[in-house]
Amino acid sequence: MPRYTALIYEIPAFANPESAEFQAIMGEYMAFGDAASAAGVMKGGEALMPVPTATTVTVPGGKGGEPLTADGPFAETKEVLTGFYLLDCADLDEALKWAAQIPAAWTGGKVEVRPVIDFSHP
Amino acid sequence: MTAAGEAAGDNLVELLRTEGRKVIATLARLTGDIGLAEESLQDAIERALIIWPKQGVPDRPAAWLTTTARNKALDRIRRESGRPDRERQSAWIRTTPTPSVEELHDLLTESVIGDDQLRLMFTVCHPALSREARVALALKTVGGLSTTEIARALLIPEPTVAQRVVRAKRKICDAHIAFRVPPDHELPARLQTVLETVYSIFTAGHHPAEGALDGRLDLALEGQRIAGELARLMPDEPECVGLWALTLATHARSHARVDADGGAVLLADQERERWDHASIRKADSLLRSVLSSRRPGPFQVQAAIACVHGLARTFAETDWTEVAALYALLFELQPTHVVRVNWSVAVMEASGAEAGLLILNRIDRAESPQVERWHLYWVTKAELEHRTGQIAAGLASLEQALACDMNDADRALLERRREERAQSRGAPLPSDG
Repeated sequence: MPRYTALIYEIPAFANPESAEFQAIMGEYMAFGDAASAAGVMKGGEALMPVPTATTVTVPGGKGGEPLTADGPFAETKEVLTGFYLLDCADLDEALKWAAQIPAAWTGGKVEVRPVIDFSHP
Repeated sequence: MTAAGEAAGDNLVELLRTEGRKVIATLARLTGDIGLAEESLQDAIERALIIWPKQGVPDRPAAWLTTTARNKALDRIRRESGRPDRERQSAWIRTTPTPSVEELHDLLTESVIGDDQLRLMFTVCHPALSREARVALALKTVGGLSTTEIARALLIPEPTVAQRVVRAKRKICDAHIAFRVPPDHELPARLQTVLETVYSIFTAGHHPAEGALDGRLDLALEGQRIAGELARLMPDEPECVGLWALTLATHARSHARVDADGGAVLLADQERERWDHASIRKADSLLRSVLSSRRPGPFQVQAAIACVHGLARTFAETDWTEVAALYALLFELQPTHVVRVNWSVAVMEASGAEAGLLILNRIDRAESPQVERWHLYWVTKAELEHRTGQIAAGLASLEQALACDMNDADRALLERRREERAQSRGAPLPSDG
């Protein structure tokens, strides 16, 4: 059975988490998640932190070269998103170290690293 | 308040600023959040302003501020525990035992404070932050400047500074940028970012992009102070010492390069007795101390060039052969247009304008169109052309220079030069009239 990654693009909104609007849309996401899980389709998914937390890494010198790090998301138009990994790391430095080893990073592409929102806090 | 009282108040504010700068890094480590560290330090300073004038300044003001700020941070977290950004911090409260004031006094040794300051520098200069954000955040946390002061120093609106600082602090928190000095194998690249950030603070003050040439010297001094701090914290890194030496030797000539009307004075025309010779000698001896490490770098070489100029008693006595050789070395380490332009000037002085022009003309403007908008490229080209007898080409280059952006002093100097050159080119022949 093929596996697909659904990447969610939308206009970033800074909605108040307490507002009815936000609660409603979160409810819709939950409902989708429940439905997809019940159908056995859902394999995992995450909500990402806002764009300002993104860091982009590329290794112009090829494999093992000095990584170039930049603030912000990846915004070129020629390349397209071709996949994503979920990495469990202690901090940004460790995540960037791994990201720099993803082939796309050292074969002319770029890898955007964005923290995942942790909903498990008390 | 009496005059004496006011003076004591000023001293107290200055003392709090100095001590606050010392403890902010420790607070940031303890709380894991630069923003919370700043807020609670501010609370502690307000408390000190009430208590110290009555009870006297405590024996160890830094430890007092740290203890008080730490308690204030705990208060804030408990009070605001509903705020989402306080959630992670409340975990800190549960897991961190509260040391007594005495314990904290003993823990806060010079080396602990130093390690924390270094951690803070590497954190606020992390390459995952934009260059602009690093400069603003370093001035805020390492420099202890207010948002208003940073806005004035960098010539950008205060809300922009505030936004940059807030965004950067939030990113450090949300993206989990670790509060630590990088391990050895990452150090060279990461240190480069720190050095560049500190140097851009110094340069923004020493050579402002607009306005009066000596209008931002306080910012240059702040950059020099941070460079000195970094060299003290990393004495085994020759480039840290090199950067400090560079800021010392460069700032030493700051006052002499401006005339009474705010105009720029060229190196050749500066009154050398107005230079700060003690700073130049200090820069020179700092450089000598790192020579033995045999790890040359761009900041050491630039500092060496500044020292050759600084130690020459007159312009005529400048050892241009040495300067040209140092620029050749610098170009090897840092092959940029800026270095090439300066190198061509040194070669002109050492071996003549023809040789200088050969170096400069290796810049291909079709390949690097950005030099078209850089006034110092055109000024240098104009000078080399003028001195090789290409008078018309030199004047045309001078016009190109004046079409670029530059500060008031540079513009006044160039306009004066254009007038002189145009006149000496010859009064029009009688037949022209």
